[in-house]
Amino acid sequence: MNVLAIDTSNQPMSVSIIKESTLAAELTVNVKRNHSLQLMPAIDHLFNQTGLQPNQLDKIAIAAGPGSYTGLRIGMTTAKTMAWGLNIPIVSLSSLELLASNLLYDSCLVSPFFDARRGNVYTGLYRVHHGDIDQVEPDQNIDMTSWLEYLKSLGEYVKLISSTEHGFQSMVSEKLGDQGILVGHSLQLPRAGLLGSLAINKEDEDVHGLKPNYHRLVEAEAKWMEQQQKDS
Amino acid sequence: MGEIMSSEQNEIILAIETSCDETAAAVVKGGKKLLSNVVATQMDIHKKFGGVVPEVASRHHIEQITMVIEQALDEAGMTINEVDAVAVTEGPGLVGALLVGVNAAKALAYAHHKPVIGVHHIAGHIYANRLEKDFEFPLMSLVVSGGHTELIYMEQHGEYEVIGETRDDAAGEAYDKVAKALGLPYPGGPEIDRLAQIGKDTYQFPRSYLEEGSYDFSFSGLKTAVINKLHHLKQKGAEVDTENIATSFQASVIDVLVDKTYQAAIDYGVKQLIIAGGVSANRTLRDRMSERFKDTNIDLMIPPLYLCTDNAAMIGAAASVEYHKQNFASLNLNANPGLTIE
Repeated sequence: MNVLAIDTSNQPMSVSIIKESTLAAELTVNVKRNHSLQLMPAIDHLFNQTGLQPNQLDKIAIAAGPGSYTGLRIGMTTAKTMAWGLNIPIVSLSSLELLASNLLYDSCLVSPFFDARRGNVYTGLYRVHHGDIDQVEPDQNIDMTSWLEYLKSLGEYVKLISSTEHGFQSMVSEKLGDQGILVGHSLQLPRAGLLGSLAINKEDEDVHGLKPNYHRLVEAEAKWMEQQQKDS
Repeated sequence: MGEIMSSEQNEIILAIETSCDETAAAVVKGGKKLLSNVVATQMDIHKKFGGVVPEVASRHHIEQITMVIEQALDEAGMTINEVDAVAVTEGPGLVGALLVGVNAAKALAYAHHKPVIGVHHIAGHIYANRLEKDFEFPLMSLVVSGGHTELIYMEQHGEYEVIGETRDDAAGEAYDKVAKALGLPYPGGPEIDRLAQIGKDTYQFPRSYLEEGSYDFSFSGLKTAVINKLHHLKQKGAEVDTENIATSFQASVIDVLVDKTYQAAIDYGVKQLIIAGGVSANRTLRDRMSERFKDTNIDLMIPPLYLCTDNAAMIGAAASVEYHKQNFASLNLNANPGLTIE
């Protein structure tokens, strides 16, 4: 199976091509640049490297969020339009689950997170175990203090992993002490090669209906709903 | 031989437009013939917020984009393989909204080895008219919408010279703000036009012509005059005659638009005058322009209503000119919210 996989959820952009079910090419760029400028040239580069043509793809995989709204839309629009245009299946994976999967062959709790500003994070809780991953707590938008207190209350060692810049290093060690650690050494960056491999056995999704999981309402919508509740 | 001729002149362009709150796709043949024109409007969604919320618009575009493209191809009876190029609005507009169209266009074109053409939104509004009747140069175009009030002079296809533009609010923006002050539902422009048919120009708001010989516009002074008048009336406890306010405001806007456009058309000796953009749907503007130009030998072109508001057909029409110049975008085409037309 040939798969094109894309993750532009946050500052790191990762794209890969799985050729005959094996990773053939992967590119991860972690600099402040515009994904809208970089993504198609990067995909073109991968096709050139692998000698594949777009019409030889069997599937497209996309990291569907949470993350930067703009980043998510660039990746998702590209992925779904290409999948629709080539009439091939599309599959999506939580951007947090993808990041947690970097530790797929460990055996522990993993809490991937992205900075969501003003002390908030997008996060969730996963358990990895010798090649399998299960969700323990759903992806959500929460303040980091509450989340770390929750993790502490579990009384179990947790590995935290974040692909975005954040200022939570000291808070993590204060709150969790020796019950947790922040993963580094470039293992905290998303890898589209992993996304493509995980996508092989994932179920197809409806291409038209597929949209990013923002995990946060637009402010105007939230206010409007609040007003509706007050009125009723 | 006829076959070769037609393949050169009758290129098929799939066009995409997502610059504001309409997700649109269309198929246009040879820049003049409309094969399909699909517009998924979000107007009802933004109504409850009293205006377009950019993030909400962007989120809806991504949910509509492939369906709208599919419908446009289906209605044209075509597959993507039969398309010669994919055109898209690259700007100006809301950046998050533009990004959806631009990335969809690039992905689709790349997957099928088709060229991509980036189109200026205003060029699209002007070229909407070419779907009705071919251009005769030189021509003048008045572009009036929520974001634009510009007089654009053209001597040939694809060459635009802005000879006048608004120095503050766009005409459509003034309509929206006055409508809001009057407590009218969104979008305010059509509502003001409707009320203006009933009322009288009793308030005689100022007409802003700026300095002698200028083709520029200014509507913020008028907007402020209307809002001040409303405050004043409320303070006095006097009743506000909404119809008369609407008529007086609209009379002021349209007097200036008609006078300046007429002067520019005469000064530049144009053969055609094109009215384009969302505000060209305004009945009074259409009537007054027709009246002013009827005794001239200038051919007045106003697009039918469905081509006045944002659509992708116009983007396909404008793209045809660029197609023949082989003016294709590269893979790093980006949304450009502040794109200039010149």
